[in-house]
Amino acid sequence: MKQYSILRLITKLLLPLILLFALYVQFHGDFGPGGGFQAGVIFAAGFVLYALVYGLDNARRLMPTWLPRLGISLGVLIYAGVGVAGMLLGGAFLDYGVLDPHDPVHGQHLGILLVELGVGITVASVMISIFHAFAGRGR
Amino acid sequence: MTEHLPALQVVVPLIAAPLCALLRPGRAVWLLAMATCALCLLIAALLLDQVLARGVISYAMGGWPAPWGIEYRVDVANAYMLLVVATIGAVVMAFARTVVEQRIRLPASKQPWFYTTYLLCLTGLLGMIVTGDAFNVFVFLEISSLSSYVLISIGRDRRALTAAYQYLIMGTIGATFILIGIGFLYVMTGTLNMADLTARLPAVADTRTVRAAFAFLTIGISLKLALFPLHLWLPNAYAYAPSAVTAFLAATATKVAIYVLLRFFFTIFGAQFSFGTMRLDVILLPLALAGIFSASVVAIFQTNVKRMLAYSSVAQIGYMILGISLVSVTGLTAAISHLFNHALMKGTLFMALGCVSFRIGAVSLDRLAGVGRIMPWTMGAFVIGGLSLIGVPLTAGFVSKWYLILGALERGWWPVALLVLLTSLLAVVYIWRVVETAYFQPAPEGRATGEAPLALLAPTWTLALANLYFGLDTSLNAGVARRAAEALLGVGP
Amino acid sequence: MPRDGCNAPAPQSAALRGWLGTTNKMQILGLYNYWIFIVLMMCGFYVVISRGNLVKKLVGLNIFQTSVFILYISMGKIIGGTAPILTGTATVYSNPLPHVLILTAIVVGIATTALGLALVVRIHEAYGTIEEDEIHAQSEDEAL
Repeated sequence: MKQYSILRLITKLLLPLILLFALYVQFHGDFGPGGGFQAGVIFAAGFVLYALVYGLDNARRLMPTWLPRLGISLGVLIYAGVGVAGMLLGGAFLDYGVLDPHDPVHGQHLGILLVELGVGITVASVMISIFHAFAGRGR
Repeated sequence: MTEHLPALQVVVPLIAAPLCALLRPGRAVWLLAMATCALCLLIAALLLDQVLARGVISYAMGGWPAPWGIEYRVDVANAYMLLVVATIGAVVMAFARTVVEQRIRLPASKQPWFYTTYLLCLTGLLGMIVTGDAFNVFVFLEISSLSSYVLISIGRDRRALTAAYQYLIMGTIGATFILIGIGFLYVMTGTLNMADLTARLPAVADTRTVRAAFAFLTIGISLKLALFPLHLWLPNAYAYAPSAVTAFLAATATKVAIYVLLRFFFTIFGAQFSFGTMRLDVILLPLALAGIFSASVVAIFQTNVKRMLAYSSVAQIGYMILGISLVSVTGLTAAISHLFNHALMKGTLFMALGCVSFRIGAVSLDRLAGVGRIMPWTMGAFVIGGLSLIGVPLTAGFVSKWYLILGALERGWWPVALLVLLTSLLAVVYIWRVVETAYFQPAPEGRATGEAPLALLAPTWTLALANLYFGLDTSLNAGVARRAAEALLGVGP
Repeated sequence: MPRDGCNAPAPQSAALRGWLGTTNKMQILGLYNYWIFIVLMMCGFYVVISRGNLVKKLVGLNIFQTSVFILYISMGKIIGGTAPILTGTATVYSNPLPHVLILTAIVVGIATTALGLALVVRIHEAYGTIEEDEIHAQSEDEAL
C-alpha cells in the first residue's frame, strides 16, 4: 500500500483518535453507554486498520504477538481477581460493595471499573489475536 | 469459605484456565490443571455432602438477591451431577498428560492451550449445572461447546476438522434455539431466575408463546444431547477427537445436556405441564426406543471401534430419555443413575481404547487382533467397561437397567421392558466382536508392542474398578439418584 | 409496541399474547419487529441447511443468530423510553436487561464465527476445498 499516501496519512491521523475514543468508551461506561466489550472492539479495530494500511509486519512490530496473548489471560484474571477479592473481603463473588470498606457505592464504582477494564483488555486482545491468526496464516 | 462453594466450583477452573495459558509448556501446566480438577472434585463432594445434610444451597452472585441477581442454586440433582462431571474431569485429566505429550499433533509451545481449553470446557459444564438462572445456562453452554469444538478439532485425522465443523453448526443451532426459548419465557414472565420462572409460569402457561418456548427448548436441548434423530454430529465428533477428549466429552457433555433437559422440563415447566399438557412423553418414548434400537444396530456394523462406541453412546442416551419419558420416580431414578453409570462405563471404554491406540496407533477392528494377550490390563478394563455397558449384574450398568425395567413394568409397559432386554443383547453383540478379535484372533507377525504405560492404565482402571464398586454399593448411584428424582418430581422429602 | 412503564414485569407480553392468540390485522402490522425476526431467522436457517459451501453456511448461521439478537433487543424497547441512565429528566426507560443479555450473546456469536472460520481455513488446508460434497467424497475414499 506504499502508493496510497492519503490512506496512510489519514490512518496516522485517525489512529490516536480511535484509541482515545476506545478509552473514552471504556471509562465512561459508568455514566453513559459504553463498557469493556465495545471499547475492546474499538481498540482492536484501530490496530486492524493500521495492519490493513501499513501491512502485517509493521503491525506486529507495533504490537508483538505475545502481547495480546498475555492480554487474553490477564483480562480474565483481573475479572476473576476482582470477584475473588470481593469474596475474601467478606462478600459474595463479584460483590463490589465490600471493595471499599467505608462507602459501598464507591466500592461498586471501583468494582465495575476494574471488571470492565479486564473485559476490555481481553476483548481487545482476543480481537487482535484473531486478526493476527487469520492474516498471518499461510505466509 | 464453605458458603462460597457454589461460586468456587466455577471460579476455580475459570481462574486456572488463563493461568495455564500463561505458564511455559511442561510439567507445571499439567500439574496446575490436575490440581484444579482435583480441587473441583473436592468442592463437588463437599457440596453434595452439604446438600444431603442440610438441603438446598442458594448463592447470590455479587450479593444481589435472587430474582434480580444471578442465583446459584444447588439441590440434590445438581450436586449429584457436579460430582459426576468433576470426577470424570479429574480422572480424564490424569489420563490426558501422556496423550497430550505424545499422541496429539500439537507443537510443545501450544500444549498449554489444550489444558486451558479443557478447563474452560469443565468450567462451562460445571456452570451449566450449578446455576439457577436460565440465561446463565445458555452462556455456560456456549463456553463448554466452543471449547469442545476446539478440543475435537485437534484430533490427528483431518476428518476431525470436518467433524468439529459439523458439531459447531449443529451445536450453535441448538444453542440458538435454547436462546429463543429462554427469550420467549422472559417475554412472558419478565424473569430469568429458575425458581421465579417456576412460580410465574403457571399463570401464563396456556399461551402459544409458552408452548413455542417449550418447543424451541426441547429441540435445542435435544440437539445438544444428541437425541435420535438429532444425533448426526456425534459419531464423527467422538470418533476423530483425541482419545482423552472423547473420554471426557462422551462421559460429560451429553449428560449435562440431559441434566438441563430435566431442569427445564421438571423444575421450570413442571412435570404437569411438560408431560400432562404437552404430552411430551408421547414423542420422547418412541424416539428413545428408535434411538436405542437403530444406534445399537448401526454400532454392530462399525469397523472403527471408537465410532462403534459413539453409536453406542447414542443408544445409551436413548435409555436415559426412556427413563425420563416414563415420568415416574423409578423411571427418573433410572435415567439419573444411568447418567452416572454411563459416565463410568464410557469413560472406561474410551480410555481403554486410548491406551490401545497409544500403542497400536489405530482403533479399527482388524488392527485389534491379538491385543488381548499383548495388553492384558488394557483389555481387562475394556471388558469390565463392556460388561457394565451390557448391564451384567454386579456392574454399575446393571443398576440403571434394573430400575429402567422396573419403571417400565410399573407402568405396565412390558413390551418396553422386553425391548430394553433385547437391545442389551445387541450391546453383547458389538462388545463381543471386539473381545473376540482381541482375545481369539492371532496377533499379526512382527508387532512388538507392550502394555500401555502406567500413567494411562491407572486412570483407566480407576474408572473400571468404580464400575464394579458401584455395581455392589448402590447408595450413591441409585440412592442419591432416587432422592434427586423425588426432588425433581416434587414428591417425597 | 405498548407504552408501558419499565416497572411492569413483561412489557411485551400482552401484545405478543394477542398476536399469537387472535389474528388482528392491525396487530400483525404493528408487531413488525417479530416479523423481521421470523423472516431473518428462516433466511439464515435456510442458508445453513441448503448451502454446501462452508463459509456460506457460517454466513447463514450468523444471520440466524442475529435474528435472535433483534428479537431480544426489540422486546426491551419501550416507545418514548430513553437509555436507562439516571439523569433526573426522563421517567420512562427502556428495559436494559435484554440488551445486556444480547451483548453476551453477540460475543458468543463472534467467538462462534471466528472459530468456525478458523476451522474452515484448516479444512481448506487439509482438503483443498470448502465445498461440502467434495470434502465428503474425499472422506468416503479415505474410509474405503
